[in-house]
Amino acid sequence: MTLAPELKDHSPEKLLAPVLSAFWDEDESWTLDTYRRHEGYEGLRKALAMSPDDLIAYVKDSGLRGRGGAGFPTGMKWQFIPQGDGKPHYLVVNADESEPGTCKDIPLLFANPHSLIEGIVIACYAIRSSHAFIYLRGEVVPVLRRLHEAVREAYAAGYLGENILGSGLDLQLTVHAGAGAYICGEETALLDSLEGRRGQPRLRPPFPAVAGLYACPTVVNNVESIASVPAILQKGKEWFRSMGSEKSPGFTLYSLSGHVTSPGQYEAPLGITLRQLLDMSGGMRAGHRLKFWTPGGSSTPMFTDEHLDVPLDYEGVGAAGSMLGTKALQCFDETTCVVRAVTRWTEFYAHESCGKCTPCREGTYWLVQLLRDIEAGKGAMSDLDKLNDIADNINGKSFCALGDGAASPIFSSLKYFREEYEEHITGRGCPFDPAKSTAWADRTEVNA
Amino acid sequence: MTTSSSEQGVSLGMPQLPAPAYPDDVRARLEADGREIIARYPDSRSALLPLLHLVQAEEGHVTRTGQQFCADLLELTTAEVAAVATFYSMYRRRPSGDYQVGVCTNTLCAVMGGDAIFESLQEHLGVGNGETTDDGKVTLEHIECNAACDFAPVVMVNWEFFDNQTPASARRLVDDLRTGAPVEPTRGAPMCTFKETARILAGFPDERPGAVGASGGAGPASLVGLRLARGETAPARVVHPRGSGAPQDQSPTEHLSSHDAPQDTSASDPAHPAGPVAEEGE
Repeated sequence: MTLAPELKDHSPEKLLAPVLSAFWDEDESWTLDTYRRHEGYEGLRKALAMSPDDLIAYVKDSGLRGRGGAGFPTGMKWQFIPQGDGKPHYLVVNADESEPGTCKDIPLLFANPHSLIEGIVIACYAIRSSHAFIYLRGEVVPVLRRLHEAVREAYAAGYLGENILGSGLDLQLTVHAGAGAYICGEETALLDSLEGRRGQPRLRPPFPAVAGLYACPTVVNNVESIASVPAILQKGKEWFRSMGSEKSPGFTLYSLSGHVTSPGQYEAPLGITLRQLLDMSGGMRAGHRLKFWTPGGSSTPMFTDEHLDVPLDYEGVGAAGSMLGTKALQCFDETTCVVRAVTRWTEFYAHESCGKCTPCREGTYWLVQLLRDIEAGKGAMSDLDKLNDIADNINGKSFCALGDGAASPIFSSLKYFREEYEEHITGRGCPFDPAKSTAWADRTEVNA
Repeated sequence: MTTSSSEQGVSLGMPQLPAPAYPDDVRARLEADGREIIARYPDSRSALLPLLHLVQAEEGHVTRTGQQFCADLLELTTAEVAAVATFYSMYRRRPSGDYQVGVCTNTLCAVMGGDAIFESLQEHLGVGNGETTDDGKVTLEHIECNAACDFAPVVMVNWEFFDNQTPASARRLVDDLRTGAPVEPTRGAPMCTFKETARILAGFPDERPGAVGASGGAGPASLVGLRLARGETAPARVVHPRGSGAPQDQSPTEHLSSHDAPQDTSASDPAHPAGPVAEEGE
């Protein structure tokens, strides 16, 4: 009668919790019909039955925290919007997913765009906004098509437009495609970009809640944060709090990528560990072991195999010296050169630095020069301290978090893999064979 | 090999003459579209990014004429428009191919094989980064992370996803694009040209029947966790159809480039019997 409890506790059925991804495998998962068959827009009905202030309090009580990287409580962000100020209020959804390694919002919007639209209507009712925007990065046209279609369907069904579901709420939703700039994921740069300018971050304060889009009170939320709201309303905040921890409640999307057997999306309560995810999904690719990984994209300090049991929630990852970020678990095995990886990330930050502030603009440039030399075997030992020094002059001294992100891989790789840098210098070159790291490196037998 | 334009040259002498205007009929058509875009926003300047996509849909790149058009419509200076047009990487500043082939070479894709794919395509097409083939079909670029790391290595064509690529599959892909063989992405709609893509980016929905639903609900990697949570046994190689379970006798007429199954397809290609490892080898 009794199932072996240990076995059950470690089974994927027990450890995973598909909510947003629960019906992604259905035919036409992106349509309004499919969404409605899965309690779609029921959360909205419950929300509209509350007063806006009660709704904000409810989302705040649920403990939902931002899924875009910083983990700021979503309900609190909504609460910061001044009410009765006579100005228009705006909701802007940050769908500019561009952080290297991050790949959760794009599949979510591709397979289930209505969860975002329902969340937007709920959020706009709460903050008294009648115009919302989805700022989608431009480089994902398949997702743009489905957003266009989902918005059209939502208007036709009366979930957008005037007097939504008879509540008196009017809401216009505009889908806005970006044009290629990582910096626009930074919320104030995103607002400048949405205003038709170069995407450069703004000085804060004033914060967007006071002076955001068109200098009006604005909430900027990540896609996954807003898309999680309907389920909280529909199933209840207690249900939401039954998952995860006291300070990091709820479910979230973990994106496993790299040298793993089964890369993909894993929706689970916050606090799952990389070891649990790897154990259930076939581990690292056959015959290889984990060397380093990022918990939340390239801007979060890297981890090694020492950190397999770190609970992947805001506090757990923070206590281990990194950040949960976007839960982009990029896993690299022992065939990967860490100097090559960090050089490439640093080239990315240099390319994407908007040029507004000196530490980031100049610092990322010089980091690239040093790293390229080291990778090519032309570096000197003193360059390692110089790297550290430059990263230190960027970190915390830049205008926005892009600079901090650029410093993260430098600090963390020097901390865990300084010997590998030294090897490049003393050996006058890279000791790794890039061919061994490729996805097809071990597949000779297939064609034999 | 490279398309080039004197527009790119830096002139230190006489200031440039104002850009020539669009012909009246083109201008009238674009202006109607432009007004529709402007109406989406509380403040007209917000329409600038979509308007730049719109002029790119007209000419394939953002010309001085296009910038002048945006400036006129929004009552901005051309300097204000140029500042924006040159900030964002998706706006091209010179004529380019019908198909923009972007190979992700950010760290994860690069390590998983993106670097090898990019190198192989440069050699195969005889063009460098940002350059266009002589026939005007393909512009090759390396791109940054495109939010598909669980499908690495990734190639984008006109911003549609071609997941789980190899050098061999990517070469076949560009060959098909150049010969006009139908090409379908692993996630996205059947290929349209760069100009048509730019129009969608300007906010005009793709009207082709079936375009929205093409390629199904979610890619295989997106479903791995869901299937495990349902108690379905581990991966079943859902993630990589190219694995050893894939059929070896696939018909070569089946537009192999559109599949994420390069391993078995390379065996079916008489020109490349050995598969990517031996080819790319030392």
